[in-house]
Amino acid sequence: MEIKKYGSEKMSKNEGVIYRISGPVVTATGIEARMYEVVRVGNEKLMGEVIEIHGDQSVIQVYEDTSGIRPGEPVLSTGQTLSVQLGPGLLTQIYDGIQRPLQTLEEVMGVFITRGVDADGLDLEKKWDFVATASKGDDVLGGQVIGTVQETDTITHKIMVPPKASGKIKSIKSGDFNVTETVCTLEDGTEIKMMQEWPVRHPRPFSQKYAPDTPLVTGMRILDFLFPLAKGGAAGIPGPFGSGKTVTQQSLAKYSDAQLVVYIGCGERGNEMTEVLDEFPHLIDPNTGKPLMNRTVMIANTSNMPVAAREASVYTGITIAEYFRDQGYDVALMADSTSRWAEAMREISSRLEEMPGEEGYPAYLSSRLAEFYERAGRVETLNGEDGSVTVIGAVSPPGGDISEPVSQGTLRIVKVFWGLDAGLARQRHFPAINWLSSYSLYPQSLNQWFRDNIASDFPEVRTQISALLKVEAELQEIVQLVGSDALPMDQQLTLEVARMIREYFLQQNGFDPIDAYSGVQQQYAMAQAILTFQEEAKKAMAAGARLQDVVNVQSRTELMRARFAEGYLDKIGGLVEAMVAEIAATAEAN
Amino acid sequence: MTSKEYKTITDIKGPLVFLEKTEPVAYGEIVSIRLSDGSEKNGQVLDTSDDMVVVQVFEGTEAIDRKAGVKFLGDVFKLPVSKGLIGRILDGAGRPRDGGPEIIADENADIIGAAINPYSRQSPHDFIQTGVSAIDCCTTLVRGQKLPIFSASGLPHNDIALQIARQAKLRDSDEEFIVVFCAMGITAEEYNFFRSDLERTGALENAALFVNLADDPAVERLITPRLALTAAEYLAFEHDYHVLVIYTDMTNYCDSLRQIGAAREEVPGRRGYPGYMYTDLAMLYERAGIVKGKKGSITQFPILTMPGDDITHPIPDLSGYITEGQIVISRELHQAGIYPPINVLPSLSRLMGSCIGEKTTRDDHKKVSDQMYAAYAQGRELRGLVAIVGEDALNERDLQLLKFADIFEDKFLRQDRDEDRTIDETLNLCWELMTNIDTKYLVRLDQELIEKYHPEEKKA
Repeated sequence: MEIKKYGSEKMSKNEGVIYRISGPVVTATGIEARMYEVVRVGNEKLMGEVIEIHGDQSVIQVYEDTSGIRPGEPVLSTGQTLSVQLGPGLLTQIYDGIQRPLQTLEEVMGVFITRGVDADGLDLEKKWDFVATASKGDDVLGGQVIGTVQETDTITHKIMVPPKASGKIKSIKSGDFNVTETVCTLEDGTEIKMMQEWPVRHPRPFSQKYAPDTPLVTGMRILDFLFPLAKGGAAGIPGPFGSGKTVTQQSLAKYSDAQLVVYIGCGERGNEMTEVLDEFPHLIDPNTGKPLMNRTVMIANTSNMPVAAREASVYTGITIAEYFRDQGYDVALMADSTSRWAEAMREISSRLEEMPGEEGYPAYLSSRLAEFYERAGRVETLNGEDGSVTVIGAVSPPGGDISEPVSQGTLRIVKVFWGLDAGLARQRHFPAINWLSSYSLYPQSLNQWFRDNIASDFPEVRTQISALLKVEAELQEIVQLVGSDALPMDQQLTLEVARMIREYFLQQNGFDPIDAYSGVQQQYAMAQAILTFQEEAKKAMAAGARLQDVVNVQSRTELMRARFAEGYLDKIGGLVEAMVAEIAATAEAN
Repeated sequence: MTSKEYKTITDIKGPLVFLEKTEPVAYGEIVSIRLSDGSEKNGQVLDTSDDMVVVQVFEGTEAIDRKAGVKFLGDVFKLPVSKGLIGRILDGAGRPRDGGPEIIADENADIIGAAINPYSRQSPHDFIQTGVSAIDCCTTLVRGQKLPIFSASGLPHNDIALQIARQAKLRDSDEEFIVVFCAMGITAEEYNFFRSDLERTGALENAALFVNLADDPAVERLITPRLALTAAEYLAFEHDYHVLVIYTDMTNYCDSLRQIGAAREEVPGRRGYPGYMYTDLAMLYERAGIVKGKKGSITQFPILTMPGDDITHPIPDLSGYITEGQIVISRELHQAGIYPPINVLPSLSRLMGSCIGEKTTRDDHKKVSDQMYAAYAQGRELRGLVAIVGEDALNERDLQLLKFADIFEDKFLRQDRDEDRTIDETLNLCWELMTNIDTKYLVRLDQELIEKYHPEEKKA
């Protein structure tokens, strides 16, 4: 990979000088920059972005540490806005917030991230086997696919005409090329390369947005069954520290049935990112049987890395996600955590001495959040294919109190809310998602999919399960006062059934290789098994069986325990039959 | 660099000095201020422009007047580091406090410290045995982890920190930790307690102390932990030591941060703390870890006192989002006379999963820990119920769990300040205590483990 010190490239003539430095915010004079233009700051040519203009002064947020920089040092404008390089070579990479590959940074800087090094997001030398799918004389439009590259075992990278170009193909050739070589020329002279650049703060274009109608299957029972997320939807996961946000996000990155995953570690822990890096190459994607890393792009800007790069990291991530969406893929993007992104905005805003909104956050916080989540969606691409970006944002509310601005700003936009609960985590109930406070607004649009693909009564079964959980919550209030023995028998049974839902269905061990992933078919079978238990228990008790005996039947324990063994879906029918027989016997025994 | 002396101070406010000047001054540059009586103070540039420079004075601005001379020293703050730091006591700004000579530097290290590239980190996985059952069993400490103690005024967090520092070791290894101790605004009495304990156990020879006491300048506290961590990084990554950094009290550090923020008239965040406190704290806590290709490691043990015992206060809250778990000290347990009063329920070690099990501790560790935890949690919940309905309303299982909660606190949590339990002793103790509950209620243990370890069900 090519490595260059800043400054080796040609700079545009526009040069000014530093007037003031305050942390990551630098003010320059004498430079005619546009908003959000990338500039090089100081003798070391640190990368920065213009975020405010006052008369002759340009205010710049700098993506690297500014210690030791002095007023009077030069500032160069580059004429470009902050962009990412898009093309073959993105997959399996791990980047910092401004798309510098961390592996390259290690080679240049060693284990500590210093400053003043530029690195390309893509390997510019590597040759890829380009297979042309368009031919000479074809009329092509922006976004149209003209060829493919087999990037990893599972992902075919489609090479598209840049969104703004179009015309008749003058020449196109298959063969081994690096990403900067021309593979196709249009009649008007436009040269198309495998790499394109795109400004990160700008959504990529598409033909039209569709209403989502397919669920993003995550393999997590509480999510898929009770609070499903649609492909192209947006979800928020707020929760206090220690409630399992990161574990949930990682589980989603591992098991969701998106074709590609972009994982943004935004202002989070270094050791956790390392764990992901260690783990992902060894994990197998349950949907394709290939290493998970083959479909993953990672962005790691940990909490102690420069705050301005943290602010940029979510944009870098979503632009990469949109690029794959434009190729007709279903992409899932996890951002952990959007609160750290918001805090980066707050930090920069306070350095700009802007008038603060709620809790010191800038007044534009909610519009930035909305713009970001709005980049999710299921679309018809410019190439006429169906693609989607699903966004799942973790939120870290201070003290777990979701009345704060970031949580509220998020909840106003997203349609799915998975509320993590410290109390559940404390009881070691994982995933610690509270089934009473969480919601999803997608079931209506997804019900048809569930009816067609899983079972015709799927929505009704779901309603019964959630109703049981609601009744349990009410009964528990009474139990707190008088103890469970004081309840009538049928209500005691309801409590037992609800307990079965919680312990057998909702709890899921993310670290158990088998239990970590349940297909929707299996989820439905398990829900049915619970309802069967309830029905049979009622019958048996009406015939004189004691609740204690019904609950303690051995075959029910076996039914529940067997989910940790392979091939559970095939066995479940037999196990339920055995349970039904044993419960019926308890009535006869009396 | 030849440094000119400027006499152009315009404003002095709190810990800040504002001056106009003529030549460009670097952001973060070190400043020396000479007072009219000839004494000197040190500071650092917080904001610099062609018109105005803002200097934060570490020793406080007392006695500075507008005639004071200001020199810019041309460099950012650096700590002279060498192996000679071991066994030394330095003040909060890195000067000898023990009457010994200046540190002879092998190199001068930038105290801000660069971020470790996440790609270059190595996942922590070495189990540290602290000899404290509650920690070893339920919130296991891993080498390279940052695990704070969340405490409050009047609780014995210092004893616990010292006990851990004394006893911490890798299993089956004599390899000892070098302790880097960093005091921020603690009282002389507390400091003497730490120091005499380290002396008593001979640990002082293997420690480096950075001390800023309550009557030392508050602003100096902002650099003290950075000095300590710079020393720790040098010892760990240049000399292969395993370093345990204890810093106390993070609450004083954050208050100093707030003081500077207020003096600069910054827009305050929650409870007046600056909006960048998360980033600032992360730049300390994230300096824990292990990197590929280096033998040493840095494990951090920050102590913070929660104002008003409130875990949602910004200081514990932001810390909890950065650190890999927390050990929570409980006033209730302390009042009940239990030492160490660790409340295992809100305590957590995020890295525990990577360091326990057959190869490192014992095959039953995970399940035993889960079972102890679950039983104790339920027992404690039942205490609330019993207060309302009385014990008579409980069934047999609930009664056993209720009793177990008491036994857990009395036998498992409680131990002497010098009692060093091995992990085997701790786990065996767990099994012994679990005989108080019928095995059929021990749902988190499987039959195989019960037959292997349960004192009454064990198969010979």
